Amino acid sequence: MSAIERAILALLAAMATASLLFLFWGASPVEVYGLLLARTWGDAYGFGQVLFKATPLALTGLAVSLAWRGGLLNVGGEGQLAAGSLAMGLVGAAMTGVPALVALPLALGAGMVAGGVVAAIPAVLKVRAGAHEVISTIMMNFVVVGCIGFIGRQGAYVEATVHTAPIAPSAAIPSLGIAGSAASWAVALAVCAAVALHVVLARSRVGFDVRALGAQAAAAEAGGVAVARTTAGLLLASGAMAGLVGASTVLGYKGYFEDGLGSGSGFMGIAVALLAGGRPLAVLPAALFFATLSHGALAISTLVPREIVDVVMGVVILAVGLSLAPRQGAAR
Amino acid sequence: MSGTLQWRSVGKTYGSVVACRNVDLVLSAGEVHALVGENGAGKSTLLSLAGGEASPDTGAVSVDGDEASGPWTPTVAMANGIGLVHQHFMLIPPMSVVENVVLGREPRKGLGLDLEKAAGELTALAARVGWTVDPWAKVSSLSVGQQQRVEILKVLWRGARFLLLDEPTAVLTPSEVGPLFEVLRRLAAEGVAVAIVTHKVDEVVHVADRVTVMRHGEVVARLEAPLTAAEIARAIVGREPLPPPQVPRPQGQGGGLVVRGLRVGRALGPVDLAIAPGEVLGIAGVLGNGQTELVLALAGLAPDALGEVTLGERPLDPRGGAAAAARAGVSHIAEDRLERGVVREFSVADNYLLGHQRRLAPSGWLDFGALDAEVSAALEAYDVRPRDASAPIRSLSGGTQQKVVVARELSRPGLRLLIAAQPTRGVDVGAMERIHEAIAAAASRGAAVVLVTSDLHELRALSHRVAVMYAGRIVDTMDVSDASDLRLGAAMTGAR
Repeated sequence: MSAIERAILALLAAMATASLLFLFWGASPVEVYGLLLARTWGDAYGFGQVLFKATPLALTGLAVSLAWRGGLLNVGGEGQLAAGSLAMGLVGAAMTGVPALVALPLALGAGMVAGGVVAAIPAVLKVRAGAHEVISTIMMNFVVVGCIGFIGRQGAYVEATVHTAPIAPSAAIPSLGIAGSAASWAVALAVCAAVALHVVLARSRVGFDVRALGAQAAAAEAGGVAVARTTAGLLLASGAMAGLVGASTVLGYKGYFEDGLGSGSGFMGIAVALLAGGRPLAVLPAALFFATLSHGALAISTLVPREIVDVVMGVVILAVGLSLAPRQGAAR
Repeated sequence: MSGTLQWRSVGKTYGSVVACRNVDLVLSAGEVHALVGENGAGKSTLLSLAGGEASPDTGAVSVDGDEASGPWTPTVAMANGIGLVHQHFMLIPPMSVVENVVLGREPRKGLGLDLEKAAGELTALAARVGWTVDPWAKVSSLSVGQQQRVEILKVLWRGARFLLLDEPTAVLTPSEVGPLFEVLRRLAAEGVAVAIVTHKVDEVVHVADRVTVMRHGEVVARLEAPLTAAEIARAIVGREPLPPPQVPRPQGQGGGLVVRGLRVGRALGPVDLAIAPGEVLGIAGVLGNGQTELVLALAGLAPDALGEVTLGERPLDPRGGAAAAARAGVSHIAEDRLERGVVREFSVADNYLLGHQRRLAPSGWLDFGALDAEVSAALEAYDVRPRDASAPIRSLSGGTQQKVVVARELSRPGLRLLIAAQPTRGVDVGAMERIHEAIAAAASRGAAVVLVTSDLHELRALSHRVAVMYAGRIVDTMDVSDASDLRLGAAMTGAR
C-alpha cells in the first residue's frame, strides 16, 4: 500500500466513524458534511479562514516532519512557536520607522532564532547526555510557557494586559483580503518553506545525511554522517521552523503577541506530519485537511456537538498510526 | 507415503519477486537433505512454506502424502511434526532454557506449570542426541552455538519428525560445525528427516545424503551422495567455478597501516600490527574476540578507542568518525551488512552515494548526473542484476547487496586501507568470486587490506599473513603457508 493510499484510507475510515456518530446523534451525515464543506471551501470567508488556520499547522507540521525524517520526534512545537511568536511581537514592535524590507526579515528571523534557542536545550541534552528528545522537548513546553508569563509581567506586556505592544506597520504581513478573513501572505511563506524543505531533503548533501540518519543511524554513521552534529542541527532547524508560526498569528493577523496565541498548533503539527508521512510537500494538503475540520467544526455545531470533530481528528490519527504499524506476516 | 514431507508444484511470489516456481521436492525420514543455491534462489522460502509461515500461491505442502484440509498454519505444521529453526533465533533471552522450550505448550500441574517434568524430558532428550544442557540456565547467558541447540531441542521436544534448519552454520564457529553435523547425522539415523539450507559447499559434502540445487526459484539439479564440492559448486553457479585470485606479494615498502597499543574498552587490546601497502592481513578468531572492535577502530568508529594508528605515515584517529577516515583513504566493508553496510530503505543509487556524499556534492547540492554515471558503471562492472539503480536495495539478494557495498567502497579515490569484515558472509558463490577478485585488485593497486573472516578457505586464499585474535589480543601471527588448521585452531582457542 502506498503512502497516499494509506492516508486516503485513514481519512475514509475517520469519515465513516464520524458518520456513525452523526447518525447516533440523529443528524444526517450528508447534511453535516454538506454544511461543513459549504462553510469552508464553499464560501470565500470560510476558505480564507481555512487558509489562516492551515498556516500554523503547515509550519509546525514541517517542523515535525523535518525532525522525523532524521529520526527525531520533536514534541516541543508548542514552546518553540510560543517563544518565536513572543520574539516576533517584541522585535516587530521595535521596528517603528524601519522600512519593511528590513523590519520583516528581522521579525521573522527573531522568531526562528527564538524557536531554535528553545530547541537548543533538548539538542544539547540529546547529543551530550543522550537524553531522549521526546522527554526533553515536551518538558521545554512547560518551561517556555512559564518563562513567557514571567517575561510578560516583567514589562514585555502592555501594562495590565497579557499582550505586547502593537508591531510597527512595516513589520506586518499584509492580509490576503479574502472576504474579511484572517488569511495573510504568511500562507505563501508556509508554501515556500515546504518547497524549500523538499528540495533540501531530496537534493542536498545535508538532506541526504538527514535521510540516512533517520532511516538507519548505524549505516549513516559508517557512511560518514556526523551523527551528533546532524542531530543537533536538525533539532535547531525544527525549532526554528516552529518558531515561524508567529508570522501568521502575530505579524499576519493580531499585530501583537498575546498569551496563548497559536497554542495547540504545536501538537496538531504532529498529527499533520503523521498524515503527511513526513513528506514536506504532503504537509500542505494535510494541514489544509485539519484546518478544514477545525474551522468546519464551528459551522456544524448547529447540527451536532462540535466535539465530534475532535473525535474525527482523533480517529484520523489512530487510523494513520494503525496503517503505519507493521503487519504480521507482511515482511518476508 | 509415510515419513515424507512433500512440496508439490509449489510457487510463491512476493510482490514482483518470484521466490520459487513450480518446485517439487520430497524430504524423507532418515536423510539429511541439503538445499543449496545462490541468495534469493528460494531455499528459505521453501522452509517457510513448510513451516506454515507463508502460504504457497500455487501447489501445496503435504506430510505423509496427506494434504491438510484446512489452512497450513505454523500450529498445524508443528502438529504434523515439522520443526523449523530460523537463522535468527526466536528465543526469549531473559527466560530459562526450559521455559523457552515449553513456551506455548506448557505442561500444567494444577494451576501451575510443571517445569520439572519438562526439564527432565529435555535433559533426557539432549543426552540422547549427545548434548548436555542446563535446563535452568538463562538463554541470555548461553553462547550462540548453545542457543542453537536450544532451538533444535525445542522443536524435537515438540515432536518434530522433520527438522528444517535455515543456514544453521552461518552463526557457528568452525569448531562447532562438526559436532552439529554429527548430531544431525545421528538424528537422521534415528528416523528424523533433516533439511538444511547452506551456502557452504564443503559442509554439504560432509553432511548431506542428497542435495537439491536451486537457482532463480527453480530446482536446477538433484545430486546424491557421493558428492564432490566441485560438482555442487558447478551446479550452483551454472558454470565452472573460478580459481581464487592471485594477490602478488608486496615488495616490502613502508607507508602502510601501523597500529600501536590500540585499545577499545575491555574488548580489544592492546594490539600492535603493521600492514604494508599491497599486503593482505587475514584476521582469524572465534567471533567476539575483539575483531569487531578492531574493525570499528580502524574505520574511525570507536569513540572510546586509545592508541596510535597511522596510515601512509599520517595519523588516523580511531575516534574521528567515518568521514575523516574516508578522507585518509579508508574503505570499510562492514561486518553487519544490514545494520551498518546498507540503509535498507534506500535505493541502490542512494546506498552507493552513502560515504561519497561529500565528494559528489562539492557545492552542497548533490550531483545526480555524476552519481548516475558512477552507479551505472559500478552495476556493469560488478554485474549487479537487475541493472536498476532506483531499485530498493532490500529487494536484492544478500550477495547482490554486498556487491553494491564492495563497488561503493572500492570506488573511493585514494584508497590506502581496505577493511573487509566478513565480506562474503551469506553471499552466494558467484558473488563471492567477484568480491574476492575486487579485494585482490585493491591490494594489487597498493592498498593495505585487513580481511576479517570466519571462513578459513577465504582466509587462506586471499591473505599473505594471518593473525589470530583471542580475548581481544593478537595471539599468533604467521605466514599464510604456516596457517594449518592445527595452528589456527590452537590459537583461536587461546591454547597458544
